[in-house]
Amino acid sequence: MSDTIDTTAGIRAVPRAGWHVGTVVAVHRETPNATRLELEVDGWPGNAPGQHLDVRLTAPDGYTASRSYSIASSGDSSRVVLAVDKLPDGEVSPFLVDEVRAGDKLELHGPLGAFFVWRPGGDHRPVQLIAGGSGVVPLYAIASARAEAGDETPFRLLYSVRTPDDVYFARELKALAGTSAPLRLDLVYTRRAPDGWPTPPGRITREALEAAVVPAAQHPLVYVCGSTGFVERVADWLVGFGHDARSIRTERYGGM
Amino acid sequence: MSFITRGFGGRSRERDDRLPPGQTLVHDFPVLSAGPTPEVDTAEWEFTIRTESGSQSWNWDEFMALDIDEVSTDIHCVTHWSKLGTSWRGVSLDTLFEHVETEYDYVMAHSYGGYTTNVPLDELLDGKAWVAFEFDGEPLDPEHGGPARLLVPHLYFWKSAKWVRGLEMMPSDEPGFWEQNGYHIHGDPWKEERYW
Amino acid sequence: MTHLDGNSLAGPLSEFFAFDVTVAVAKCEGCGSIAELARAMVYSSDAGSVVRCDSCGQVLMTLVESEDRAWIRFTGMGAIEVARTPTAG
Ligand SMILES: Cc1cc2nc3c(=O)[nH]c(=O)nc-3n(C[C@H](O)[C@H](O)[C@H](O)COP(=O)(O)OP(=O)(O)OC[C@H]3O[C@@H](n4cnc5c(N)ncnc54)[C@H](O)[C@@H]3O)c2cc1C
Ligand SMILES: [Zn+2]
Repeated sequence: MSDTIDTTAGIRAVPRAGWHVGTVVAVHRETPNATRLELEVDGWPGNAPGQHLDVRLTAPDGYTASRSYSIASSGDSSRVVLAVDKLPDGEVSPFLVDEVRAGDKLELHGPLGAFFVWRPGGDHRPVQLIAGGSGVVPLYAIASARAEAGDETPFRLLYSVRTPDDVYFARELKALAGTSAPLRLDLVYTRRAPDGWPTPPGRITREALEAAVVPAAQHPLVYVCGSTGFVERVADWLVGFGHDARSIRTERYGGM
Repeated sequence: MSFITRGFGGRSRERDDRLPPGQTLVHDFPVLSAGPTPEVDTAEWEFTIRTESGSQSWNWDEFMALDIDEVSTDIHCVTHWSKLGTSWRGVSLDTLFEHVETEYDYVMAHSYGGYTTNVPLDELLDGKAWVAFEFDGEPLDPEHGGPARLLVPHLYFWKSAKWVRGLEMMPSDEPGFWEQNGYHIHGDPWKEERYW
Repeated sequence: MTHLDGNSLAGPLSEFFAFDVTVAVAKCEGCGSIAELARAMVYSSDAGSVVRCDSCGQVLMTLVESEDRAWIRFTGMGAIEVARTPTAG
């Protein structure tokens, strides 16, 4: 049965999940609508690139709310970086974006998920990353892990954002695109593009997607992450282009 | 290990004396779902009551020609929210069972999309349950079970099967979907019958 | 209603299993398709999580949690295949 399943990237040992207390050590405005939180996590066993954690918040009356967040960092460090997009009617994300400050403690469960993971040192099969909005978080972790390891696997990131101000990890991605084995970065703007941008802003089209991804003939591993609607659309099109469904890994964040 | 998160309140939760134990008041209408929302056109919609001896069905137009009740009632979801004084329009199960002959005492409600839930027959009769197709003066939204859902407001709201398409009479009480997966076979909010 | 990937249940499930169940491979009893649970569709609400086959929509598994208990039902799948990998950490 195993030969029908692609085990090249995910099914490997990952650190054991547990409950931890994270202390917020830095809060950084990532975009006008998102925050980057850097946490020092007591007893954190490290995490693989692409994993997530669950944050559990408890109100004074005992009410709790849990949500998942991808981890932008990886490796053995007990420093964990998150980036959270604020949903206007959300229960948890406005709290994390607007209320949390340095010194606050958060209850964390992780690291989680051995499936949506990529590690350097594999078989150099090309990798295509596709992100919508905050869905870039685990893909940024994957791309940075590759660069840190000096791995030369061909990497491409297609990143859909609302406007030029909404790019997460903008500086870091630019740096990754300028290394000796560069990450190839393609941006798509859905609401407002920079001046002189060749294509008008709008949702990515099937044709634009096909033109910007590693062709199916090269058998890339594809990681797609973002809102559920974005992931559905992209994954369906990829299968239509001839990509093997087994080579596409998805991380749906919810929403439409 | 749990501790209070500084500054976190969560969505507002109001207590009210009219609420069953463990419930808080909401003003929106949270959606619970076990799968994709079925798209059911009223032109294809059919409602069937199946008994040991046969079945009776209504299409949408036949259903709309039945006596329709205006219902104002409180609803209580097992996930701890309640809404007070919600208004519905629907057909009473007393009307639907008028010409149904059965010796069986238990009912399994079946929905488009495959959802099931069980209710004893005597808890559906005597003005206790409806097949509702309007909420707050509007046709019932598919998210909330449209075109039509069961409305059994004296039990936890998972018993009010969304997208209902029929009732099957049963000789004994069998668990439905959530009832097989941890939830209480009966589900009375005043007795807090949430789980097994 | 929207859905997530099976991967999103890694947290809740790791409370009850000593390995990451989301990378276990299961065969859907509805359509026979074989995939990691991480690839299944998850419909989650406060009532619980319903895991459905990505190919045919059949319910594979349900997870209901109360404050002091949990109910996990492997409804629509046969044996699960678990890779024997050394656990780090
Ligand atoms: C594995 C995983 C990893 C995730 N990683 C991240 C991350 O790194 N950064 C991040 O910002 N978020 C991430 N998310 C999403 C996150 O878990 C929350 O769903 C999100 O923060 C909204 O929570 P909330 O409490 O603010 O909104 P809720 O109160 O849960 O929902 C408010 C409203 O927004 C809608 N909604 C929910 N999610 C979305 C969405 N993604 N897009 C649009 N509308 C939505 C809901 O349907 C609802 O109407 C991840 C989700 C998963 C499953
Ligand atoms: Zn199936």
